[in-house]
Amino acid sequence: MTTTVPTAEGGEGVADGPYALSHLDALESEAVHILREVAGEFERPVILFSGGKDSIVMLHLALKAFAPAAVPFSLLHVDTGHNFPEVLAYRDRAVQRHGLRLHVASVQEYIDRGVLKERPDGTRNPLQTVPLTEKIREERFDAVFGGGRRDEEKARAKERVFSLRDEFSQWDPRRQRPELWNLYNGRHSPGEHVRVFPLSNWTELDVWQYIAREDIELPAIYYAHEREVFARSGMWLTAGDWGGPKEGETVQKRRVRYRTVGDMSCTGAVDSDADTIGKVIAEIAASRLTERGATRADDKLSEAAMEDRKREGYF
Amino acid sequence: MTRTTEHSEPLPAEPSASTTLLRFATAGSVDDGKSTLVGRLLHDSKSVLADQLEAVERASAHRGQDTPDLALLTDGLRAEREQGITIDVAYRYFATPRRRFILADTPGHVQYTRNMVTGASTAELTVILVDARNGVVEQTRRHAAIAALLRVPHVVLAVNKMDLAEYRESVFAAIAGEFTAYATELGIPEVTAIPISALAGDNVVEPSAHMDWYGGPTVLEHLETVPVSHDLAHCHARLPVQYVIRPQTAEHPDYRGYAGQIAAGGFRVGDPVTVLPSGRTTRLAGIDLLGRPVDAAWTPQSVTLLLEDDIDVSRGDLIVPSADAPATTQDLEATVCHVADQPLGVGQRVLLKHGTRTVKAIVEDIPSRLSLDDLSPHPRPGRLAANDIGRVRLRTAEPLPADEYADSRRTGSFILIDPHDGTTLTAGMVGASLAARPAPEAADEDGWDF
Repeated sequence: MTTTVPTAEGGEGVADGPYALSHLDALESEAVHILREVAGEFERPVILFSGGKDSIVMLHLALKAFAPAAVPFSLLHVDTGHNFPEVLAYRDRAVQRHGLRLHVASVQEYIDRGVLKERPDGTRNPLQTVPLTEKIREERFDAVFGGGRRDEEKARAKERVFSLRDEFSQWDPRRQRPELWNLYNGRHSPGEHVRVFPLSNWTELDVWQYIAREDIELPAIYYAHEREVFARSGMWLTAGDWGGPKEGETVQKRRVRYRTVGDMSCTGAVDSDADTIGKVIAEIAASRLTERGATRADDKLSEAAMEDRKREGYF
Repeated sequence: MTRTTEHSEPLPAEPSASTTLLRFATAGSVDDGKSTLVGRLLHDSKSVLADQLEAVERASAHRGQDTPDLALLTDGLRAEREQGITIDVAYRYFATPRRRFILADTPGHVQYTRNMVTGASTAELTVILVDARNGVVEQTRRHAAIAALLRVPHVVLAVNKMDLAEYRESVFAAIAGEFTAYATELGIPEVTAIPISALAGDNVVEPSAHMDWYGGPTVLEHLETVPVSHDLAHCHARLPVQYVIRPQTAEHPDYRGYAGQIAAGGFRVGDPVTVLPSGRTTRLAGIDLLGRPVDAAWTPQSVTLLLEDDIDVSRGDLIVPSADAPATTQDLEATVCHVADQPLGVGQRVLLKHGTRTVKAIVEDIPSRLSLDDLSPHPRPGRLAANDIGRVRLRTAEPLPADEYADSRRTGSFILIDPHDGTTLTAGMVGASLAARPAPEAADEDGWDF
């Protein structure tokens, strides 16, 4: 659930004594604890990195958690083939700058090989599951970090920080391990792995406030800019080689920005003048729509769309 | 617990005045109006956004309901919607300008005791709901007992459905009095009782116009103002070592740091410290707070400690002040809540995770199973089934530096794990089950006296 805090700093402080952490410090400390717990307990962890704000924050936290040493994880990008060019460029710069190793699982490659079929609606988000889970098996990753937050969606609100997946990467919401205190249980059998969500307790606004506080660079599409878009199912989609617009859809130039980054075929932009981080935070705080409600077509497929995809191995 | 080491300077204040974070849990029976209260808190604090409300309206209409069913905001899984019940803990987020809240929304039914224990394990406050017409019932006593057992620092009694009791002060006073007496018996240090109507919105976010006789805070006001900082003067400083940071680069050839989240208390550069279980001693040469050197750090900060001497320290070790080290032991007696479907029996071999250390252990004995109503003991049950609370004696393969849970919720707690399939079996709390000891004396004026 997004919140209605009006400013980045959230107004007056609470008289909590000198040893109360600010909410961002508390969330940061918890996320770092989770990252280090995985580094201590797993053999082959990997960070899922999409170039979106949540995975960028997760990488930033990992850099802080192990400083002055290098991040002891590699990155994995599930490339839908319909990525925003700015985001791919950002990904490659980040890998270069921090001396990281990048694995890529390519949806296009699966389509070219005839293993996956393009859906009639052109949405590639659900197609990510197979390349992702096969790459996890192939590379024998035993812990896979995701930037998922419980505030995004009500099925995610039920997910554990350490979420055990079976050998088919499936999530069974009725067979989750209770999570007590901060004693995370990472035990798994060969073939199983654990999805780990260090940002579980963050909200969209927390992520933005943290980006502002830490002065983290983001791909430019998060800030308002002129863009060629067309309307589909009540969202502005970017025109491009991926297959839009179709007949009857007209392209126009609008001033927009993105609240989430995903596959171009199902990630919508919002009309916006917010071209600085301060304006973005003000805009989110005033928004009457959730991040996903505003910009994700795939979550609208059914009441349980996210739960169903997660059961199959999606994040 | 008073500290014996001394420092003259107080620690620096939090650098930026900002919002703080409160984790709290709700507990209530099926018909006490818990979903309505949660819905009301989210809705009236404007944390429910238009598309979420629209989705609830759509789903409610689809089932032929005239009004939006706010429970659909919180029941996220197919099985929950199909059965109309909450089957698992869910976490909700909302905020006011003063504070951010993480709500562990736990099912109230007795068969889900483990879920309430899970929610309460990280909560600094629990809201226990009662129906003003029914008063304190068996389920209320169970909720209070679990809050006492988990030592949740603040307990709120929300006397709901005051609208159906004609908003009478005498009704509220009688329930609050009965509950407070019971809570005191259990050793709960503080109860705040609030008369509310979650349905009508009285005293949840907005003060009630119907209860002039009540001069206390609304539920939200109380959540916003209850203290969340830790009373460090009464905490043993503890750092379970999570990970050893050794860059081995040209820039940092000799850097060797011990990373972890401070589980209790605080550390200051120069402190004499002991590493357990080895018992080796040295001093803190430095503290890095996520890449930045600081003079002092405290719970729950994630830090990296640097030691003056090059002694052997690895993941699973516990760094403590030399003057305040816990005893290490291979024999633990604890109160546990069994959270797995398969039972826990005498003689069973398990793994025990305490802090960052996982060791082999054996269940030596299960002296008693506790009645959930008041935690009174029933001797020698032989085994514990799902949702049972009981006393357990464990023998560990290696010595553990365990604190009493009463002294430290972090270093006094552990989980038991099935070594074969990795299932989390049991939540454990070291030491006496309820407040057998008096509450610690009030802090010195200076606060943190070391």
